[in-house]
Amino acid sequence: MTEAPQTQAAPAARTALHALHISLGGKMILFAGYEMPVQFSLGVLGEHQHTRAQAGLFDVSHMGQAFLVGVNHESTARALEALCPADLLSLKPGQQRYTQLLNEDGGIFDDLMVTRSGDPGEDGVLMLVVNASRKEADFALIEATLPKDVKLLRAPHRALLALQGPMAELVLTRHCADAAALAFMTAGSMKIAGLDCQVSRSGYTGEDGFEISIRAERAERLARTLLGEPEVLPIGLGARDSLRLEAGLCLYGHDIDLTTSPVAAGLAWTIGKRRREEGGFPGAARIQAELAEGPQHRRVGLLPEGRAPARERTEIRDRDDALIGVVTSGGFGPSLNAPLAMGYVASDHAHDGAEVMLVVRGKPMPARVTPMPFIPHRYRRA
Amino acid sequence: MANIRYTRDHEYIAIDGEAGTVGITDHAQKALGDIVYVELPAVGAIVARAEQAAVVESVKAASDVFAPVSGEVIAINSALEKQPGAVNEDPLGNGWFYRLQLSNPSELEGLMDEAAYAAYLETLD
Repeated sequence: MTEAPQTQAAPAARTALHALHISLGGKMILFAGYEMPVQFSLGVLGEHQHTRAQAGLFDVSHMGQAFLVGVNHESTARALEALCPADLLSLKPGQQRYTQLLNEDGGIFDDLMVTRSGDPGEDGVLMLVVNASRKEADFALIEATLPKDVKLLRAPHRALLALQGPMAELVLTRHCADAAALAFMTAGSMKIAGLDCQVSRSGYTGEDGFEISIRAERAERLARTLLGEPEVLPIGLGARDSLRLEAGLCLYGHDIDLTTSPVAAGLAWTIGKRRREEGGFPGAARIQAELAEGPQHRRVGLLPEGRAPARERTEIRDRDDALIGVVTSGGFGPSLNAPLAMGYVASDHAHDGAEVMLVVRGKPMPARVTPMPFIPHRYRRA
Repeated sequence: MANIRYTRDHEYIAIDGEAGTVGITDHAQKALGDIVYVELPAVGAIVARAEQAAVVESVKAASDVFAPVSGEVIAINSALEKQPGAVNEDPLGNGWFYRLQLSNPSELEGLMDEAAYAAYLETLD
């Protein structure tokens, strides 16, 4: 017998909600190796506005979930601190933190959410959510770094749903009274409509909302329960992108990558005070130098003066036509009702109000550096 | 019934005499999704058949719009600057892009009529 040559690309992966997406009229595209809905029948603009006005349900099960398990919190936190600049040691039970995996140059290998389990019987457990496109590389990097007494357990059997918008709490508490007690960036295990879930108060839209991790075989029941509420509509990846852009949040592979440091990316706030002093993470020398002296380039928000969107890779020039940077995400903000972009510029142009030119289809268009977020965050802080 | 001709790239031209009104078809607007910006040629611009004459942008991406035939731009739909969504709502009516004075009307023979375009759409997806 001979093996057939494997010349075909791997078939697209599907999430546990694939059939539901199809039945809801989802327009499916390939994203990070997964068949995902880019929009439903309402369309990107309508889905974006519905999420800001009421509540939207997103399938983000393509993202990588895993548990990091050690003998106690200190052991597990220190193991992950060897790769991340956040202060993870100080995480309290049920607390969540945004951080980055770094490479030896202090570039961003991936960005991720880290949650310390709130269950007293699970001291030493951190839950990780990483980007779909990076999960295999991330998990390999983490495993190669871990000490013997800390193990990475991948969780491909879990789905991840995000319920986002000003009515998310109203909707979720109809099925889970405990969710109301969660503050922004905290998490707990609770039942939603009788289904065991890990719920965190977080998201990627700038709105209040929840991310819900659940065993894949129960995900459709949960999704149907939430979609049964009159305030909730299914939302695709198109609106996910416009919502996060208005919220000023980074998209890996676009606004941050192996070449950008957290300091240049405007993420210095995620680097713990103790970590700034002690170092002990990859690329610490570069990052400490950038914290002290400032990076050469900085990520900034940009508002074009006209109506034409400036897309990713648009050149940014100063008023004397010198190249000073590049757009890393750009488009149209449905809630802003105007074009918007983010990108990197030389630090001497990285101040609010700085006048720059965006070269769109060969024509320089005036734009201004502007503070982010473009649309104020509405998180439910403690 | 207006005499409308179509390209394989989903532009249309509604012909009246030696001039025509150009836009994108209902199929095109559906495929693009919500349109947020339209870049139109200048009045007086000379456009050549199958060359880029306009740009249409949805929330997600920018797409070139090609001239269905050659000619001179004699009017543009300035209302699209404030109301780009008209392209979604009424692509063959209020969502028109520009009017063209044809320089070579025989180029129209290379375009599809209503029936041929409908049959062409059947072959897609």
